[in-house]
Amino acid sequence: MDRATLSALNAARRARMAAVLVSDLDSGAARVVTEDAVADDPLAEALRAAFASGKAGVVATAGQRVFLNPHLPPARLVIIGAVHISQALAPMARQAGLDVTIIDPRTAFATPARFGAERLIADWPEDALQDAPLDRWTALAALTHDPKIDDAPLVAALRAGCFYVGALGSRKTHAARLDRLHAAGLTGAETGRICAPIGLDIGAASPAEIAVATLAQLIAHLRRRAP
Amino acid sequence: MDTQTEHPLAIAEAWAEAGRQVAIATVIETWGSAPRPVGSHLVIDDQGDFAGSVSGGCVEGAVISEAAEVIATGTPRMLEFGVADAVAWQVGLSCGGRIRVFLERLG
Repeated sequence: MDRATLSALNAARRARMAAVLVSDLDSGAARVVTEDAVADDPLAEALRAAFASGKAGVVATAGQRVFLNPHLPPARLVIIGAVHISQALAPMARQAGLDVTIIDPRTAFATPARFGAERLIADWPEDALQDAPLDRWTALAALTHDPKIDDAPLVAALRAGCFYVGALGSRKTHAARLDRLHAAGLTGAETGRICAPIGLDIGAASPAEIAVATLAQLIAHLRRRAP
Repeated sequence: MDTQTEHPLAIAEAWAEAGRQVAIATVIETWGSAPRPVGSHLVIDDQGDFAGSVSGGCVEGAVISEAAEVIATGTPRMLEFGVADAVAWQVGLSCGGRIRVFLERLG
């Protein structure tokens, strides 16, 4: 691998862009393929599999041994609402390997006393997300029930193609939410990606149980790329 | 983010920018219980400094000593370690796994 290739790979990693390093194991020659360039690549099929699974491996092609090493951005979770469920969800998600941020403009909720060492931003989501924009490798869980706080980041998450978008609230609450989002110009296909009521249907009752149901649903989307 | 700057490939780039010669080791294949997944990196410079891992400590020493030659010659090497291999036993990969490591010079 030459230095230009290494620089390109590291730049993609810093920009949270998925990339596959393709190395010829006989010569050591290497190149970086980003997702937008897969279709035109002679290894398109193997590259797609690498992007989907995130697993590295050797591919034999035309007498060559080629090593595909995917570098997928680390998964993040943005929690809207410094609420009771978030107090359980944040540490669970962190243990599962997610990079967690909690956002809530209500300073009475977003206090270090309630969240310890968790990354906490006491600001409106629209403002807080400008520094770390949502992307395909980010999950968003909207947990405040308050349209003033939840709606804008839900729209942003759908537009950014977040791999998981969940929203707390009963079916009735969600129906009202859908009406608002459709009035704001979102399509049914877009809002259909919102998981609501949030979490797998396991009869969760307590905040911690709802956190478990939510995290399990999130992981299913992450690993299976469920729609 | 700290984990970003600490990634072995980011360290390799920084070393190269500082004028150091660098070798990159990558886990290519594993069999049995290998402690580090395929795709993991160990990077080594011409002074023997290293970062990252290919085995969680079992075979790093052997890879580092091979790295000096790969840096000198520029020719990549495929290294294999496993319990069936006397050298691997010496370097301590006694956990029952086998790994293949590609070692190359950063050009």
